[in-house]
Order: sequence, then C-alpha cells, then structure tokens
Amino acid sequence: MLNRQGRPSAPQAHGVSDPAAGMGDEAARLQGDASRATGSAGGNHPTFTGNKALAQIEPLLFEIGRYDTTGVDIDEPEDFQPRLGGLERREPIGLPGLSEPETMRHYVRLSQQNYGIDTGLFPLGSCTMKHNARLNERVARLPGFSDVHPLQPVSTVQGALELMNELGRYLVTLTNMTAVALSPKAGAHGELCGMMAIKAAIEARGEGATRNVVLVPDSAHGTNPATAALIGFKVKPVPAREDGWVHVEDVKERLGPDVAAIMLTNPNTCGLFEPQVAEIAKAIHDAGAYFYCDGANFNAIVGKAKPGDLGVDAMHINLHKTFSTPHGGGGPGSGPVVLSERLAPFAPVPFVRVKDGEFELVEHNDEAGGSAAPFGRMTAFHGQMGMYVRALSFMLSHGSDGMKQASEDAVLNANYIRAGLADLMSLPFGDKPCMHEVLFDDAWLKDTGVTTLDVAKAMIDEGYHPMTMYFPLVVHGAMLIEPTESESKASLDLFVATLRDLAMSAKKGDKERFTGAPYHAPRRRLDETRAARNPVLKWTPPAPVAEAAE
Amino acid sequence: MRYLPLSDTDRREMLARIGVNTVDELFADVPKNLLLKEPVDLPRRKGELEVERILSRMSAKNVAASSVPFFVGAGAYKHHVPATVDHLIQRSEFLTSYTPYQPEIAQGTLQYLFEFQTQVAALTGMEVANASMYDGSTGTGEAVLMAHRVTKRRKAVLSGGLHPHYADLVRTLSEMSSDDVVSMQPDVGATEDILSQIDDSTSCVVVQSPDVFGNVRDLKPIAEKAHQHGALLIAVFTEAVSLGLVASPGSQGADIVVGEGQSIGNALNFGGPYVGLFATQTKFIRQMPGRLCGETVDADGSRGFVLTLSTREQHIRRDKATSNICTNSGLCALAFTIHMTLLGEAGLTRLARVNHANAVKLADRLASVNGVEVLNKTFFNEFTVKLAKPAAEVVERLAEKSVLAGVPVSRLLPGAGLDNLLLVASTEVNTDDDRAALCAALKEVL
Repeated sequence: MLNRQGRPSAPQAHGVSDPAAGMGDEAARLQGDASRATGSAGGNHPTFTGNKALAQIEPLLFEIGRYDTTGVDIDEPEDFQPRLGGLERREPIGLPGLSEPETMRHYVRLSQQNYGIDTGLFPLGSCTMKHNARLNERVARLPGFSDVHPLQPVSTVQGALELMNELGRYLVTLTNMTAVALSPKAGAHGELCGMMAIKAAIEARGEGATRNVVLVPDSAHGTNPATAALIGFKVKPVPAREDGWVHVEDVKERLGPDVAAIMLTNPNTCGLFEPQVAEIAKAIHDAGAYFYCDGANFNAIVGKAKPGDLGVDAMHINLHKTFSTPHGGGGPGSGPVVLSERLAPFAPVPFVRVKDGEFELVEHNDEAGGSAAPFGRMTAFHGQMGMYVRALSFMLSHGSDGMKQASEDAVLNANYIRAGLADLMSLPFGDKPCMHEVLFDDAWLKDTGVTTLDVAKAMIDEGYHPMTMYFPLVVHGAMLIEPTESESKASLDLFVATLRDLAMSAKKGDKERFTGAPYHAPRRRLDETRAARNPVLKWTPPAPVAEAAE
Repeated sequence: MRYLPLSDTDRREMLARIGVNTVDELFADVPKNLLLKEPVDLPRRKGELEVERILSRMSAKNVAASSVPFFVGAGAYKHHVPATVDHLIQRSEFLTSYTPYQPEIAQGTLQYLFEFQTQVAALTGMEVANASMYDGSTGTGEAVLMAHRVTKRRKAVLSGGLHPHYADLVRTLSEMSSDDVVSMQPDVGATEDILSQIDDSTSCVVVQSPDVFGNVRDLKPIAEKAHQHGALLIAVFTEAVSLGLVASPGSQGADIVVGEGQSIGNALNFGGPYVGLFATQTKFIRQMPGRLCGETVDADGSRGFVLTLSTREQHIRRDKATSNICTNSGLCALAFTIHMTLLGEAGLTRLARVNHANAVKLADRLASVNGVEVLNKTFFNEFTVKLAKPAAEVVERLAEKSVLAGVPVSRLLPGAGLDNLLLVASTEVNTDDDRAALCAALKEVL
C-alpha cells in the first residue's frame, strides 16, 4: 500500500519485530546475531529461519565452512622429497572450505545485500558512478590481455603494449598534455606519481631544499594533503571563499620561492569550474611552481576543455570514474597521470616506447635515454592492464563525439537536479550553473532535527544510494549529488520527486522517517562508534561452552 | 550512443526547465577561448561489434600463458582459477558497487572484506589484516612507512632476496621522503649477512621468502636480531600459495607481513589489477594503512559490518593520515576470498604440495640438461638456474619455439653480472609434456 508520497503507509513501514524469536538454539547460533537483520515491512510475521523470502540471511564463512571440505578437485602429488629446508608449516592454518554449490550460494546471498549501479541511481558526488558496460568486461577477459604475464618476452606481448600505447594516446589527446604515466594503481597513487614528478623536477633545478610548500585549497579531497605530506611537503591551505571558488589573489598571497606546487581540483569539489584557473596557472608558473590538477572530476569536461590548455602540469585521471571501469566495491582503480612538457622527462618507469615499428618497454631508469630522467618506480609491474582494456573499450565505443556528449549530459543531468530542488534545498553558493555534480548544504534542515546523515539514510529506504555526505568540508552538512550521464530523464524525475518529498517531510516535522532510517535495508543503522571503540577485525572461534559459562 | 539514455527531446526539455538555451551556457565558467567548439581529434563512436574486433586483434598479437608451456613467475604466477570465481565477481552488486561508505546497503562487500581479513590473518599467522592494498609491491612501500611511524626511525634494510622491483619502489619512496635505505647486494644463494646491518637506528628489515631467486628463508634469526635492536621485521611474499606449505611469517616472528595475493583467484592480467595482502599485530593497528572492516551491531542489535578506525585515513586526517591510500583492491580481494573459500585448508595445502612437487620434478629434469645448473638448495615453486648462455637470449629463442621459459635475472637486475641466470616457476598448470618441451627446447638452444 502506497500513500500519496509514493511510500509505504505507516505503521508497518516502521515496525520491526524480532524474527529470530522462537528460533531453535542451533539455528540461532548458525545465523549469528544477523538473524534479526532483515528489518523490513511485514515484521509482524516472523519466520522460523529469519529469512524473508528473497531477503536471505547469510552467516560468516567461518560459521558454515569445514576444515576438511574443499570445492576444488586436485589430486595429491606422488611422493617426493621436499626442498623446503625444514621450514614446513607445522600448525593448521584455520581456513574452512565450502563445496562449489555452497560457495556459490554464500556469495550470491552476500551480493544481494549490496547496492550497485545496476541496482539504481548512485549519485555519489566526486565518484562518478556511471554505467559499467559489459562489453568492457568481455574484452578485458580476452586471453591476450588477461592471460599474459608482465615479464613475458616483449616480443610475445606486442598487442598488450600497443593497447597501452593507444590508451596513452587517447588520454594525452583528450587533455592536450605531453606524456602519460600509466602505472599508478588508483587516484591517490596517481597523485603521488604527479607530486613525485614535481619533486624530481624541483630537485633537478637544484631547489629541492628550499621549495617544499604545497598549496591545497580547503575544499580538496583528503588524498591531496595526505599525498603531499607523504613525500615531505609542507601543506599550506588556501581558504575557501563564499562563492565556492579559489581566487587568484588568495593564491598569489601565498606564493613565494618556497612554493613547489598547487594541488587544485578542477572542476572543484563544490561542483564548480574554477573560472580563474588560467590566471592561477600563470601565477603559479610565474613563481616557478607547478600546477597539479586533481582530475577526479574530469567527467564534466572531457571533450569540452583540455587541462593542458588550462596550464596544468600534471593531472591524474581516475579510469574507474571518468572511463567507467567498475568500482568493484572499492577498487581496483587505475590512476594514469598526464604530464606537461616540463614534467614529462621525469615520468616513472616502466613506460612503453615505439622503436622501428616495435613496442618497447622501458623498465629501468638508465634505459630511458635522451633527456629523460625517470624519478623511479611506483609499482612492481606495468599498472592496471585490466583497467586499461576496459577504459579503451569505453573510449572507442563513445568516440570523440560520444565522450563530448557524455560530459554534456552529465552536466545537464546535475543542473536538472539543481533546478528541481533549488526551491526546497539550499545551495551554498547561490543558484548558479554547476558542473557534473551539484552541492547542497544543510541550511534547509535548520530546526527540523534532521541531519544530512538522516537524509542519506532515508534515501536508502526510498531505494537510492545516498549522495556523498559531509564532503567537501567547506560546506556545512554537505550533500554532493552526481547523477552522471547514465541516468534517463524519467529516472531523474523520480529522484527529484523523491527528494522533494523527503524535503517537505523533514520540514513538516516527520522526524521519525529520517532519524530511524533505514527501516527497509538489510540492516538498520549500524553503530560505527562501537566498531571503532572496540575493534573486532576478524572472526574468532566462539569460546567453548564450559569456558563461556564461567 | 548506446550508453546515453537522454534523447534530444529530453535534452531540450531539460534545458528549458533549467532556464538556459544551450548546454554551453552551463559551461559559462570555462574561459570562452578554451571551450572546445568541435570534438577532439579522435575517431567517432563505434558499435560493440567493431570495438570487439579492434581489441580482439590486439589481443591476438599476444601469446597467452595457457597456450604454451609456461614457466614465468618472479612475482606473478599462472594458476588455475575456478570458473565460479569469475562468475561471482561479475555479479552486478559486487562489480558495480562503491566503497562501502553506506554500510546498511553494502553488507555484501563488508562481510566478504571481514572474511578476507580473517583469511589473510590466518594465512600469514598474524593477528590482524587490512582490507587489501593495491598489490604486494605498493603494500611493501606502505609497510616500510608504517615501520617508520611505529619505531620513529627512518632506516630500512632491504634483503638482496627482495624482488628488485619492490626494492626499486621502496627506494623511490624513501628518496622522496628523505628516508634511509640500506640495500643488500643481489643474493642468489641466500647467503647474505643481513644481521650485521641491523643496528639501533634500524626501523625495519625487509626480507622476502620465498625470495626472488626462489630460496625459502628462515626468518627467525632475523626477527630475533631486529627485535633486539627495537626494529621490525617486514616479511614479504610474492607467491601466496607458498603459505599453504611453508611456515607462516607470523610463526617466525614477523611484525608486518605483506605480499602479493594475485596467485589466489586472480588472473595474470599483464601485471594488474592484483591484490596486496597486509597483516600485522593488534598493537600496531592504529599505524596501519588502508581500509579496515570491523564488526558491530545495528539499531536492532543485529550483527553487521562497517569500515572502521577511519580516523587513520586521509579523508579525516588529511596531511596527518597514516597513508594517502583511498581506493583499494576490493574486487580482487573478493576473488581471493572466493577462491580461498573453495580451496579451504584441505585444498590450499594440497595445491601447495602439487606446486612444490611439480617444481621439484622440473628442477630434477632440468639438472640433467647439459648447460643447465640448478642453484637452489631450497625452493617452493620457483628456482634459479644457471645457463651456459645469457638467459635473455635463451628465453627469446625459446619463445620462438613457443616455450615461455622464465624470467632472465638480467631483466630485473641489468648490469649486475647475473646474465646467465634464469628464474623458472612451475605451478599446478604444468604437465609432464610442458616439462619435456622445456627440456627439449633448452637442449636445442644451449
């Protein structure tokens, strides 16, 4: 039964009973505490198992696995003389196994407790949760990409090197930069690569001892200051202005012979393009420093503007954002870094080079030749090949026209949400066009007793993944919404209607809808404080009954 | 464009609702002269069939490991991955989810991370493991930085058996952070005197076992000496399957264990994505890098899992964070966990015995080939042979005969005077026919 706002009628929506009540001791033990976790409408009808039809409860592997069970058939080897030098393992490991059907069921059930892009709108700001085409999964599994070893003779991997070279060409062309370092494994790793190139360039100029300050706006991702600090830079913040932009005079004020670089996100984390970016770049360069651009938000401007034209010296590109390689529940990512002419010589090994029509892999600093002076190595092998294939597949599919259209649609979608919500929610920097994500603050929740977190949890009940919360830090109770180009107009219309309903509900005083949420998720709100106060980071066998009784 | 749901009519209606005439009005903050008028100079969109053709052509130019007798290792290993693993990791809800910042709708990810942490802790013999690093090499760099935080010292001692690429990475990172590194000479026979390098200024000793030359090393004396001087032992491995048969680093006194988890559940992928395993002792958890998943309860008292101890992390601590790491290797960790679940203790230990047995068989056969000398006294599934000719040349000649024989040491350590050494790995995928093919081809070339 749906009410006029399109949500289930109270009271059953909020009523949760204890479906584990009445379970046998054995069943309760097997289910662990999770047996009461289905928290959903219809709680008045407890089931014996604790399951609710398709909402299945799944214990931990360690509660259902057996030490003598295996789901892999391998024959025991014939007798042989071990060569381990007496360093054989002598104690059991403690790894239970499951047969294949049990394994399948265990992980399928776990998957059903997850929300993915394929489930619904996933407007997580700065994360670019766009459609993950399955063509990309298919081609990444071609044996010539997935079943080749990084240290095979280069004569046997010419196609793999060609792919890396082609991906690099696309990235360099889209950004109008000089070179690309493909090997960084994720965005933060790319930042580290870019900042290391900057540090190497400064040291090559003989200014290593004196240029050790990096300017980082307050609105930056936390990875920016963490990266700069990791390699010994002092972080000097650039304060946020009321309009959400970084101002060139604020940058100039902090510039001096001690400044190595600025780390600027553009479009920025407030969802705005930095209008003074070219002036900032000029000021930075005039002061002998470098412009590192955080490319997390590249999705807004692919095919619309080239970072190289804006004066960028180094920028990482999250292939797992802009170029749709799957986020996979938190990785793997891939963070290639494009470099300007000034930084290109310092790109790390390994990299691909074309010589006499053959692709070469330069794996050591002293093989680089010419004016190149690689700063070293970031990872054991050549980076995230599996992600390169997927990203190139995305780029080939879209083409230059499709990538431009995708950026325009991403920006259009975000602005459509802005236009749909501007009267009910509060825009911290005024009602002006945004890029591919729109930032609200929590001023509209004033005196409602509802927080940004509560709104997020209420969105879960409505079938949405929440937006990014409490980031950027420069805005109170930030809600950063990034719909991406993958959403249809109908999808956006329902999303806007839902948020409008939530906003009206909060303002009307229906606090319970928010503060108790989520009511319908696989779990009610989880106690994060408890997890941090007394960390339980792995499963441990339950104490024997006799011991437990003491 | 098949991935873009908006029609031109939709776009017009939406622009009207926003109150602008053209989409470029939304890009008004981009300096006019820098806003591109035309698409960039790259090919136009392509259908699925055409893209698949282009990429298939590139793929076909490579020699896949499964298509030839294959003995290449040195940090990445060809193992059989059960079909179930690849199916499960492609479940939409795993593949297309994000970092579990909203735990109520990410219990699938969080529970498998909790299982992963438990499995990694057990496998390494340590008290606690994190939810994965990018790979074994970057994890090693993070381990060194962590040791510096724990000991408040800044000198790492690297064994000559550490994978040269791992050592390069640590040296790059240390140079950038102005930390000290003592690098031992390449140590083919595991005879280095690393104990004499450990003193009261040492933060950590980094030792790999099995090492890059295949030797299984006794970590106990190194742990003992390190601890006498208040230093930490970082034990590294690049072949996770070895831990099914070899004494765990934890049982030998390691303080941090870090390694490459690719062997379990993950394809070769030309070097990535892989999954770094990282484990330590509970007393060090607040200095640990990377994400951690912990158990808690929800508002109804039901067990659930969340990311925890995030006050170590960059999004809270910014320039004071323990690491800049954000994205980890979630889906590869899932592949590891599913494969490990399928194996179980019984399957893993048997898989490890088969690997060791195959390597022993191969070593014995190679030893009988003229011009081949097996150098290792100990090994698990990889060892070093000395050839009568430069290994790089031999490997190239054998590749022409469709046998991928291994990794020439000169590729990892050019100019070290080890040109005739070859690293040869043998896993469960190698058959008697593969071994015969390698020996026959070597006889022809040497």
